[in-house]
Parts: sequence; C-alpha cells; structure tokens
Amino acid sequence: MQYRRHQLANGLEILAECNPVAHAMACGFFVRTGARDETPEIGGVSHFLEHMVFKGTPNRTAEQVNRELDEMGSHSNARTGEESTIYHATVLPDFQSSVVEVLADIMRPSLREDDFETEKKVIIEEIKMYDDQPPYGGHERIMSEFFGDHPLGQSVLGTVETVAGLTPDKMNEYFQRRYSPGNIALAAAGNVDFDKLVADCEKFCGTWSSFEADRELVPASPRTGFVTMHKPESTQQYLIQLARGPSSHDQDRFASRVLTTILGDDSGSRMYWEFLDSGLAEAAGMGNYEYDGAGLVLTFICCAPEQAQDNLKRIRQLQQDALTRPITGKELEQAKRKIAAHIILSSERTESRMFSIGAQWLKKQPFMTPAEIAAQYEAVTLEQVNEVASRYPLFDNMTLSVGPQCELAPPQ
Amino acid sequence: MSGSRKKAVLKTFCSGRVKHRYTGHNFVRNSFCPISKRVGGAPMVSLAHCGWVPPKTHCSMTTNQQIRTHQLANGMTVVGELMPWLESAAFSFSIPAGCQYDPGNKAGLANFVCEMVQRGCGALDSRQYIERLEWLGIDYSSSASVFHTHFSGAMPAAQLFEAFEVYRDVLRDPVIPEDQLEEGRAVCFQEIRSIEDDLAQRVMLQLRKRQYGDPCGRWSQGSMESVASITVDDIGEFFQRYYQPQGLILSVAGKIEWDSLLEKIEQLFGDWQPNPPEPVEDTGAVKGVLHIPFDSQQSHIAVACSALPYRHENYFLARGAVGVLSDGMSSRLFHNLREKQGLCYTVFASLHSVLNQACVVGYVGTSSERAQQSLDALVGQFVELRRGVQQDELDRLKVQIRSSLVMQQESSRSRAGSIAGDWFHLGRARTLTEVTELINGLTVERLNEFVAANPFDNFNLVTLGPEPLELNHAVPSASAG
Repeated sequence: MQYRRHQLANGLEILAECNPVAHAMACGFFVRTGARDETPEIGGVSHFLEHMVFKGTPNRTAEQVNRELDEMGSHSNARTGEESTIYHATVLPDFQSSVVEVLADIMRPSLREDDFETEKKVIIEEIKMYDDQPPYGGHERIMSEFFGDHPLGQSVLGTVETVAGLTPDKMNEYFQRRYSPGNIALAAAGNVDFDKLVADCEKFCGTWSSFEADRELVPASPRTGFVTMHKPESTQQYLIQLARGPSSHDQDRFASRVLTTILGDDSGSRMYWEFLDSGLAEAAGMGNYEYDGAGLVLTFICCAPEQAQDNLKRIRQLQQDALTRPITGKELEQAKRKIAAHIILSSERTESRMFSIGAQWLKKQPFMTPAEIAAQYEAVTLEQVNEVASRYPLFDNMTLSVGPQCELAPPQ
Repeated sequence: MSGSRKKAVLKTFCSGRVKHRYTGHNFVRNSFCPISKRVGGAPMVSLAHCGWVPPKTHCSMTTNQQIRTHQLANGMTVVGELMPWLESAAFSFSIPAGCQYDPGNKAGLANFVCEMVQRGCGALDSRQYIERLEWLGIDYSSSASVFHTHFSGAMPAAQLFEAFEVYRDVLRDPVIPEDQLEEGRAVCFQEIRSIEDDLAQRVMLQLRKRQYGDPCGRWSQGSMESVASITVDDIGEFFQRYYQPQGLILSVAGKIEWDSLLEKIEQLFGDWQPNPPEPVEDTGAVKGVLHIPFDSQQSHIAVACSALPYRHENYFLARGAVGVLSDGMSSRLFHNLREKQGLCYTVFASLHSVLNQACVVGYVGTSSERAQQSLDALVGQFVELRRGVQQDELDRLKVQIRSSLVMQQESSRSRAGSIAGDWFHLGRARTLTEVTELINGLTVERLNEFVAANPFDNFNLVTLGPEPLELNHAVPSASAG
C-alpha cells in the first residue's frame, strides 16, 4: 500500500492510495463547493449543477457520457452536500484511463439550455420525492432553524421555487466562481497506476484555468429552540435535535464520535437500551456532522405520536445523564472495539478508501491510513470523552418535531 | 438506528444531508429488491423471500475461487468461500423458519420469534448478549422472510468462532424471557408502523402480495392485530417446531480456514436433531389493478409480470432482458423516462425469484399530473422490449455484470449472501467463472428469440397517490428485429 500525491501547475491535486492487489480502482473529483457556497436566490444550484455535469460537454452528449460509463462497467454516481460535491466511479483497473478521461471531460460541462430544462423537471421530482419521505423536509428545516442566516442553513436541494428560477447563465456564473482546479482534487484508491493517473490528469485537466475560489468562513451562531411541523398524514412522529459539536479541524472530534457511539449507536448504546430494546421508538440514534468552522451532533427518534412527549423527556434525561452519570471505562472500551471493527470492514472496499482520502482533502486534514485513524480513536481517554460531554451539552439544542402530533412541548 | 435486535429496517433520518445523482431502488426496503445494483439494476439473486431446495449430500471444492460446501449428518449445510486477502469474515445462518409457517391468525409470529430468541441465550441475559456481540466487533442483523429467518454478521475474522458460539445458543438455547415479551411486541409494532410512512414500500408490498399469493407474497411483520394476539406459548411452540437444522444454510466468506471451521461447526451443531418441516402450498395470486388513495406529492407506480426463476436454465436470458431495461444510466428506462423526458427521479426494473416463481417488477415515482404518462411510458418500455435488443446494449450489460462480479470480491458480506442464495436456489454455489460464462453465452439472437417468445405482459399494477391510473398498453405491431 502506497500513498502518493501530485499537484498540477493549475492547482489540481491528485491523491492516491495504491494497492496493487486490489480487484478494482476507484476515483473521484472532489470539489470544495456545496449549498453553503450559494446565495439564497440560487438555492439548490450546487446540486442541480451536479446533475447537469452528466448532461454533456463540447466533446460528448449526455447519452454518450452515460453510455461510455456503462461500457466500462463502472459504478458511478455523484453527490452534493453542504460543502462538497463529488463525482466518482469504480472500475476494473484496465479502465483507469478511460474513466479518468470521461470524468475529467464532464467536469467542464456545456450546460445546454434544452438539457437544463429537462433536468430541472428531474430535480423537481427529486424534491417532491423527499417531501413524501420521512422526515418530510425536516432536515432542511432544522438546519435552517439551527444555523439561522449562516450559509450552513442553506438547503442542498433548494425549493421548487428557487430551482424553477435557475437559468443556465446563473449556473454558469456559479460554476465559474467555484470549479477552479485549485478547489478540486482527484482522489483514487485501489489498483491505481499512479504515474499514468498523473499523466492523464495533466492531459485532460492541465488546461483548466485557475482562479480564486476560497470560501469566506463566517462564524456560526447556532440557535436553540423548539419547532413543530404538522404532518397529519404521517403515521409516526419524527423528533430531530441539533446541538453544537466539534468542527472538522477540532481534535475533539474523535472523542466526540466516541461519545456519540456510546450514547447513540444503533446497537448497545444508552439510546439503544432506552428506546430500541424497549420498543419505545422505531428508530433512535446520534451522529456527528463536522463542517469547516462549525460542527453539530444530531439526535433523532422516530416513534408513535402518542409516545413522542414521553420520549422527549427521556432523551433530555439521557443527555443530562451524560454529565451526571459519566461514561465508564467499560463503555469506552466497547465503543472503541466497535469503531475499530467498523474501520476494518469499511477499509476493505476500494470505493470506501477513495471516499476517505477525498474527504480528508475536502476537510483539509492530513492523510491518515485506516490504522492511523483507528489509533486516533484508540488514544481517546475517558477524561476526554467526559470533557466533550460537558463542552458540547446535547440538551442545549434546537428540536424539531414532525408528524401528526402538534401539541408537543419542550420537556421541563 | 432501527428495530431492536433485528436492525433489518433502516430509516434515513438525514436524507436531507447529501443528495445523490440517483438512488436506484435501494430505498425500496427489501420488499422485492434485496440486492440493488446502480440505477435500479436487476438483482442477480437473493435468498430473501425464497423457498427451500433439499440439499445434495456432497462435499466439494470448485475451481480456484475456493468455494466449498459440506453437509452435516443432520441436514445443515455449510457453504464457504475462502477470501484470504481480506481481514474480515461474514456469515449468515438461514434457518428454514420463515413466516410461511405463521398460522393464519398469527401473522408476524416468525418475526416476533426472531426478536425474542435474541433476548438472552445460553448463559447470557438480554443485555449480556448484545454486549458480547459488540465486544466481538460484529456488525450483526437478523430478519424473517417467507422461507427463512436470517441471522447475519460481519466482523474481524479472528472473532468468527466466538461469534458462532453465541449464535449456537441463539439457535439452540434461547431464553425467550416472558418478562420481555411486551418489549419484544412493541418492537414488532414499531416495524409495522414504519411501513406506513414508506409509500414506495407500501406499494411494493401490495404488489408482491398480489403477484405471488400466499405464502410467497407475505410480509413477515404481520398486522397490529395479529401481533397483539401472539402469546409466549406461541413463540415457544414455533421455536420448538421450526428451529432445527434440516435445511439450514450457514454461509461463511472471508478470511477463513476451512478445516478448522468445519470442526467448529460440527462441535457446535453436529448433535442438533433434525425435524423437517412440512411443505406449504401456494394459493391466492391476484391479477389486475389496485389503487391506494393517498394525498402525496408523488404517485408511486409499480407493475409486475411473471418471469423465469433463478433456477431455470434460461434465467440469464430473462436477466439480460431486464438488464437492458434497467442496468446502468444508458439503460432504456433511465434513458427514456428520466434523461429524455424528465418524467421522474427514480425509475427501475428488477427481476425477483421465489424458488419456483419469479417476476419482473417495474417502478416509477412521479408527480401526480404526469403519473399516467409515466405509467404508459414504463409499460411501453416493457412492451417495446419484445421488438428485440441491440448488440451494443448487450455488450454494455455484459461488461457491467462482469464488473459487478469482480467487485463482489471486495466484500465478505456480499459473497456470504451470494453463495447462500445460490445454495438455496440451486443446491450448489456457482463460481464467478461459471456465472461469467453464462453471461458471455448470451447473444443478441438468443435474447431476441427469448423476448419474442416470452414477452413481458399480463401486468399487475399497484399505485399509491391522489388519483387512480389505468393500465393501457398497446402491443407494438412491428415484429422483433
């Protein structure tokens, strides 16, 4: 296993973890741009652009792009989040050059008017699909309530109205502002021929012109409160809470993730015993989300509407107990073993390694191997876990309730 | 995140966080499509919801892929795949104690039993059991399907034998604590409720029920009423009758050593006495149109028609036909409905087998005002297929399937699932080389002959949304070519 990196003159970085015995190779363009880089008027443009990237270039029609990716037997997809957009594919090693060529080409899309209008309909269908799925837009709502006017409160999908109002010109303006090669990395993993990868990138991406695309970081001032969305046709009640957590550069993030594993993992955690083992909830858990300059811990519970008020009280108690009933050595060891096993399992997949390398670059973190990441968790002490529990109190949160029950109140 | 000891149902709370270009049909939880591939590609095969094939008595090793099988004297089969390049191992116990054995008024019993046998076993109480699994680093799950109850896990390979020791007690010596009956029931209730909010899932479950009849079309959760009526005696009786080794498939893949593994399995399960269950007859399939009125943003539309099951010699012709419809972004459904017309975000077709029965399922989710147009377009593509496929479509499909097969080699969990499915359907495990040869053997001529002689028609339709839809498709007049 060898880790290699190279930077083109225009700023594009190439990062790879080369494993000559892997069955496949995965690569992806990681762009440091997402919903937080939009203004409210162009809400959803990052995600719409991600779709449009597959709709053709001066060299290829949309049909050709899809056809060529299929001809390689690639597993390809793309994703957009609050601060990143990723275009990726996994192929058998023989197709490395071909897949890099297609991915590189689509990173300079044509944004043709007729394709734009057709794809706009697809995006609107996607928005409607999520509107029908639990928690029925609740995530967008609570992010907006939690972050207020901060760019991280911006919805990834946008709304039917903002998407309908987008034009190819506005999208192109956004593209010209964000898709600078200095703001993009190609991450690869698996059976990678690195020298060939660099040569291909030079050939296909070397002419991309560079410009300033830094993100202006605005300090976040997360808010607390209690919000209700009435959804009478829903069967279950969905409770979501956001509390402050470590950012992507904060060394506390390892201890915080250990803490959320202890409190809110899907098995064997304190929430598991409180809500899942007892059947008080259909789903319950916690997760960390780390951004550039801000972080949060999400707590969620899905349960019968008549159980929701009691569950709100129970989750508050559990969050307070994290301070008054400190984490034990046994809980810590169990969480560490679980995390270590998870790292072993996930690191066997080439695609998962590519995402790990790319995500580290996106977050401007140093490269770490799976063993080094595991070591970071192993080094977490009981004191650190209990410290983050008090530094980021989970009960100090924004709560959103979605469902048929509209009489819920914050627990006292 | 979900369920108690079963964790079979996932709810995406953070669906707002990251948006993908497409989601395939992964979101339709396990109802028809247990294995997904890219843009709603057809699953190769899955053990879930399948019937039972009596195992052959043999111990074999096939090709350099190192798939091995062994049958214990009591009828339990061990299928293993040695993957020495991995650090992990994965296993799946598929015990022939599925919901097909639920009595008529006790629907949900097998699922409830699956929950209760994991509330303490051997010397471990309920909490100690979970703590033990956690300590071993097992990513575990369990579920009941029509023909089996499954207990699966993946973990660092060094802990595999200790995991087997725990599962020996789950299968043979559970506590079934009466004082936890109501907690277990509450978990089962939650699972039933969760289906109600998953509109696409509701449509798929209804379609499955109508297409296959009973018991193949059952879902394992039962109803609130039936689960409410289940007693601890029902659970104990079901366990006593159906938790037995005849027909049980244990599949193991990853970094394993075969001889010592067999020794361990013999030690843990060799003295378990068989008690073969009685066969259950199929009844009650329904054809036609069903609409579920619902005030939703989108209409959820699913069609099904009969197809060839995995065990059929011409299965891969049907698989090829469905692949042309739905494998990849250049497939006909994605290209015509989404890329060209922008009718939908999600559209797919997939092939599904339940031992001797099989069907192809098509799904599209779209705005109500374009629902009829989308249904016509979906069915139109199925009908159009009888005109034949093109060489380039078949070429792309072959590369995609071969690529997927190779990539399976990265995952012990994936291979453990595949070899279990193969054993169940075929009574043996196919090697990747064999599957590749079957795929390579597909030609346009054979495929076109097949789609002309076996057209997809006589559809079942289930819709959910504000308005009912009509199934009106015209058979194209031109002949295949």
